[in-house]
Amino acid sequence: MRDTRSYTAYHPQWLRRPVSTYWWLERPTYIAFILREISSVFVAWSVVFLLLLVRAVDQGDETYRQFLSWSATPAVAAINVLSLLFVLFHAMTWFNLAPAAMVVHVGGRKVPGLLIAGSNYGGLVVASALVGWLLLGG
Amino acid sequence: MNKRITLQVARYRPERESEQTYERFEVPCPRDWVILDGLNYIKDHLDGTLSYRWSCRMGVCGSCGMTVNGEPKLTCATFLSEYGSGPVRVEPLRNFPVIRDLIVDIGDFMRKLVKVKPWIVRMVEEPLSAGEYRQTPQELDEYKQFSMCINCMLCYSACPIYGLDPKFIGPAAIALAQRYNLDSRDEGSGARMEVLSEHEGIWGCTFVGECTKVCPKNVDPAGAIQRYKLNAAVETLTSFFAPRGA
Repeated sequence: MRDTRSYTAYHPQWLRRPVSTYWWLERPTYIAFILREISSVFVAWSVVFLLLLVRAVDQGDETYRQFLSWSATPAVAAINVLSLLFVLFHAMTWFNLAPAAMVVHVGGRKVPGLLIAGSNYGGLVVASALVGWLLLGG
Repeated sequence: MNKRITLQVARYRPERESEQTYERFEVPCPRDWVILDGLNYIKDHLDGTLSYRWSCRMGVCGSCGMTVNGEPKLTCATFLSEYGSGPVRVEPLRNFPVIRDLIVDIGDFMRKLVKVKPWIVRMVEEPLSAGEYRQTPQELDEYKQFSMCINCMLCYSACPIYGLDPKFIGPAAIALAQRYNLDSRDEGSGARMEVLSEHEGIWGCTFVGECTKVCPKNVDPAGAIQRYKLNAAVETLTSFFAPRGA
């Protein structure tokens, strides 16, 4: 085979290695990253679902009841459970990141990272408890 | 004590081959030997043509970064004994063009590094007679973590965004920009923001987070970038709602 490679002064032929299409399967972190990117679709779905609920409430009793029975179908329920898992994953990523992204000083002292992440989780627990209380008998 | 381990070393000799090949070498494996010791043994006793970079042998110079069994590692800080009975695959850092064997071209990183002005920028230099620029231990703590970067480029090797889009300025350059932004003596954050607020700057990062995991000095570039994004967003909002001079 004839060698057809060309050389530039001081730099022999560089070897460039292309990134595989399936690079995101190479490491658990990469897979987690791709899942987090996909989670945006489910976050969007949660917003659409909420808007549909508001519209159904606005259009009266009959439409609201139809919306409820549609929501109870296995397919929609399954999508909503999946969405909840993805939204939680999405939220936890940013809660855990918060201490690195936000450096807060109070009285000239740095607030420990654990407290910043903890307050995010605390907020989630309080909001969830409030929603639970409203739904279950408030 | 005569334990030995096999190193599968990536070779690329442009005058001989157009693709990467692997060569197997059996090297001694004492408990205190790191990958770099294995490579030095090959160079001294088995094949003097093997090419690789190294200098300090103590995790400070940042020149011996390579891909070890698929992971970006400082070869001076990775023990052979961690890999049991082997074999251990040693390849050049990913995402950089290979010049020869385990040596990659780092020109792209060096050019990007200069762009973020990783030095103390002053609007007006104080005269020498004014003495040193003083700093309290608290002010030092603000940026110390980011100053630990040794430019080893393991984070670039681990970053798929840099692999897919080589224009991305990359984790270490942004972390080093933060190191100087957070320094109380520096006044160059505006100039750095101009470079980093471009598409290939901080916004190129999609927070894969692998840069932070592979960093041998716990710099946390991913955290630095997200903090930068938050600052940039707050600054934009502030200038929108409270324009200067209003």
